Amino acid sequence: MIPAAFDYQRPASVDEAIRLLTDSGDEAKILAGGHSLLPLMKLRLAAPSLLIDIGRLRDLSYITDAGDHIAIGALTRHHEVETSSVLRAQVPLLAHATSQVGDPQVRHRGTIGGSLAHGDPASDLPAVCLALGATFTAAGPGGSRQIPADDFFQGFLETALEPNEVLVEISVPKVPDAGWSFQKFNRRAQDWAIVGVAAVHNGSTGVALVNMASTPVRASSVESAIAGGASAGEAAAHASDGLDPPADLNASTEYRRHLAEVLVRRALQEAGVA
Amino acid sequence: MKISVTVNGEKRDNEVEPRLLLVHYLRDVLALTGTNVGCDTSSCGACTILLEGQSVKSCTVLAAQADGATITTIEGLAGPDRMHPVQEAFREHHGLQCGYCTPGMVMAAVSLIEEVPDLDEAKVREGLEGNLCRCTGYHNIVKAVLAAAKTPARSAS
Ligand SMILES: Cc1cc2nc3c(=O)[nH]c(=O)nc-3n(C[C@H](O)[C@H](O)[C@H](O)COP(=O)(O)OP(=O)(O)OC[C@H]3O[C@@H](n4cnc5c(N)ncnc54)[C@H](O)[C@@H]3O)c2cc1C
Ligand code: FES
Ligand code: FES
Repeated sequence: MIPAAFDYQRPASVDEAIRLLTDSGDEAKILAGGHSLLPLMKLRLAAPSLLIDIGRLRDLSYITDAGDHIAIGALTRHHEVETSSVLRAQVPLLAHATSQVGDPQVRHRGTIGGSLAHGDPASDLPAVCLALGATFTAAGPGGSRQIPADDFFQGFLETALEPNEVLVEISVPKVPDAGWSFQKFNRRAQDWAIVGVAAVHNGSTGVALVNMASTPVRASSVESAIAGGASAGEAAAHASDGLDPPADLNASTEYRRHLAEVLVRRALQEAGVA
Repeated sequence: MKISVTVNGEKRDNEVEPRLLLVHYLRDVLALTGTNVGCDTSSCGACTILLEGQSVKSCTVLAAQADGATITTIEGLAGPDRMHPVQEAFREHHGLQCGYCTPGMVMAAVSLIEEVPDLDEAKVREGLEGNLCRCTGYHNIVKAVLAAAKTPARSAS
């Protein structure tokens, strides 16, 4: 399968990428690792007329200890995140969940920024960022702005990024002593989650779900049940409150609701919620 | 557009369309047909090569993205007089039947052995999750990779 023809540009800086995006309107797409975009283009489900390849902007690839949080450059590859000793110590949930993405070949190419900017409800890292309360930095023609993970995922494959904005940094709070869990249920090793749950328990409790709605989504009813003193089992019964999970070849809506309850309960128990 | 890559130690310069996939560049432009296309949907790993030393699925990379990079394909693995230890181990342990998955399997294994110093059976199975084999049932592939990981000279030269 061969993608439809497109023009290809390789900007030397984020500013140049933003300029190219601004000049070319909706027809252009950023290319990072290409492991979500190229499969779509091969199936001709996406046919951008211009690809702006930012894959070489190595100054957007870093993992830095920044006091109370870790700053991660958007172009940091999954392989770097999963093997980072800083992240393993300070944000083990993120390092572990990243090691569960796809397979080693995918993790050698895919980037954390691409995973988030793609806005796929079946992706693992958006749920992890929601549970952790991460903040994203977007750069645009007028400078940069911060977007909380809670405001970022707006629709199916839709995020708060403007068409001429580039996601440049992901900031995750350090939680070295927090309880955490990542539950990913799939049928074959390399597959996407049929349902996934990310949980972090650190005084307060953050819980978010993979593949349970048209966007990555926070399990707010579970969180408030725990805040109100519910046990893991009681809180898990609220896993799909207010959600209308999709049905597909892998699972019906009802089965997804069932899985969500079971996986949320396991996640809460593993994260240390009584 | 013009790209310039080093493939199996040789510098190659070619004019390519931006939409040319790396696997098609290797097979159709450079005639390196050892790299197979299996699924063409990023799932099977038959097209695995090393890009800057790391395993990647070349059906999911543009030739343009590899511009300036160093690439190793299955053809570039053996030394002048002998096969690479991973190739030797696949032969020794019957790690293949029809052989279709083998080039990708071997390249994925080379990358895995390089990255994970303390491989055991579970780690090999997990590390090869991106490579499908329809023939062997994987047992002999796992044996071969574990044997190769113990070979003192990990890379042939
Ligand atoms: C076989 C396979 C299995 C996979 N399994 C999983 C899995 O189990 N779990 C999982 O979570 N993911 C999985 N993935 C997806 C993988 O994690 C991708 O790497 C990731 O979703 C996208 O990252 P990328 O860098 O490749 O982005 P690209 O494909 O380059 O881009 C994706 C989208 O984001 C935009 N974009 C990228 N970077 C930026 C940026 N910095 N600013 C603004 N826009 C940007 C692009 O324009 C595009 O629309 C899998 C992929 C494959 C091929
Ligand atoms: S052909 Fe590339 S992964 Fe199957
Ligand atoms: S040996 Fe036939 S597919 Fe693996």
